[in-house]
Amino acid sequence: MAESKAPKQIAFHVTRYNPETDVRPRIQTYAVQVNDGMTVLDGLHWIKDNLDPTLVWRYSCRMGICGSCGMLINGSPTLACNTQILHLSQSAITVAPLPNFEIIRDLVPDLLSMFEKHALVKPHIMRDEAELNNPKGEFYQSPRDLEAYLQFTYCIKCGCCMAACPTLATDVRYLGPMPLTALERYDEDSRDDGFFVRKQIAAADGGVFGCHYAGECSRVCPKGVDPGKAIQLLKRKLVLDYLHLATSRKSCKKLDGPGEGKLLPNMTAPPRTVPE
Amino acid sequence: MSNPTKYWTWHMAAGVVLLLLLGLHMLIMHLGGTVHLFAPHGGDAVSIANSQWRDSKICFTLTYVLLLGVGLYHGLYGLRTILFELTLKPWLQKAVTAVLVIVGVGLFSLGSWAAWAAHAVALAGGKG
Repeated sequence: MAESKAPKQIAFHVTRYNPETDVRPRIQTYAVQVNDGMTVLDGLHWIKDNLDPTLVWRYSCRMGICGSCGMLINGSPTLACNTQILHLSQSAITVAPLPNFEIIRDLVPDLLSMFEKHALVKPHIMRDEAELNNPKGEFYQSPRDLEAYLQFTYCIKCGCCMAACPTLATDVRYLGPMPLTALERYDEDSRDDGFFVRKQIAAADGGVFGCHYAGECSRVCPKGVDPGKAIQLLKRKLVLDYLHLATSRKSCKKLDGPGEGKLLPNMTAPPRTVPE
Repeated sequence: MSNPTKYWTWHMAAGVVLLLLLGLHMLIMHLGGTVHLFAPHGGDAVSIANSQWRDSKICFTLTYVLLLGVGLYHGLYGLRTILFELTLKPWLQKAVTAVLVIVGVGLFSLGSWAAWAAHAVALAGGKG
């Protein structure tokens, strides 16, 4: 018979803040009954259900996909839904809103500044409009082309990297790891043709040269994305461009559409993964 | 191309040159007892005779000036970056840049003059 494990009592030191009533954030401690496998997000739900219905935080998917529940847990920015309480401590944990953002209330950071910076880097495929809007045909991209930017597409915009960035902590004009990673992601995409536009953004004040490569962004990313690498790749690209040593960049061509059944030579369909 | 890329590229290049020149400095000055580089009079690398011998060579004088230049550029650009992270207003950024340029050019001129004077003294046999 499996041994039943009694719940443990863990102290949650939670940062509370209501801008309408509080002068500054304060810490409130809750005693939470924790079972094996409970995440910090589960713990917050337990507090709301049993102790304090006024506690506020943001969440959605509960499975590390949506990026809504980024918080500062035991001093490290991470996703509350992805962090098991007993993996962190057997006695107490601290939960605070992500730093480097304004606080809307309690554990809810205002991510607007991040999304405004994200929009600045033009995070979309830039290409000749006529070609882009032509529904016939698709852009050919080899697996190697895809590999060049694939890891940067895993970013879920949770803001953990922005919260961990020491440069952003002192200079709010710095674009930050998430937008710069998005910039590199689209810049490295072989379907994209926007390097000339984006390099002005990357090289401007607040761009990549503000990064001192502390590497915290890469360490804390819950999806394993490496924003530090993206920024260094951008720096290299800009320097090579300045020194006129950059290899010529050609965006990929458009193939005839799937309806016309024309594929590149030697292209075969991947083997079936499900038997017929 | 915008200025940050230009400044940063030269900052990195200056760092590499600094690494080489400081490595050379370590070899000559601090590992002299082992490698005996550029110390033809024997003994300590910093003895007056060895120092004057090196000062009399134009390549050493130029190396001193180069070390001074890259050191100043690398250091002052780094200081400027740190100051800019204090979220200065644009006019203050311009003022900081201007002050650092003036300080840099001033120190470079003074150091270059000193290196050249040492070269001239060494050529005159130590009589300034």
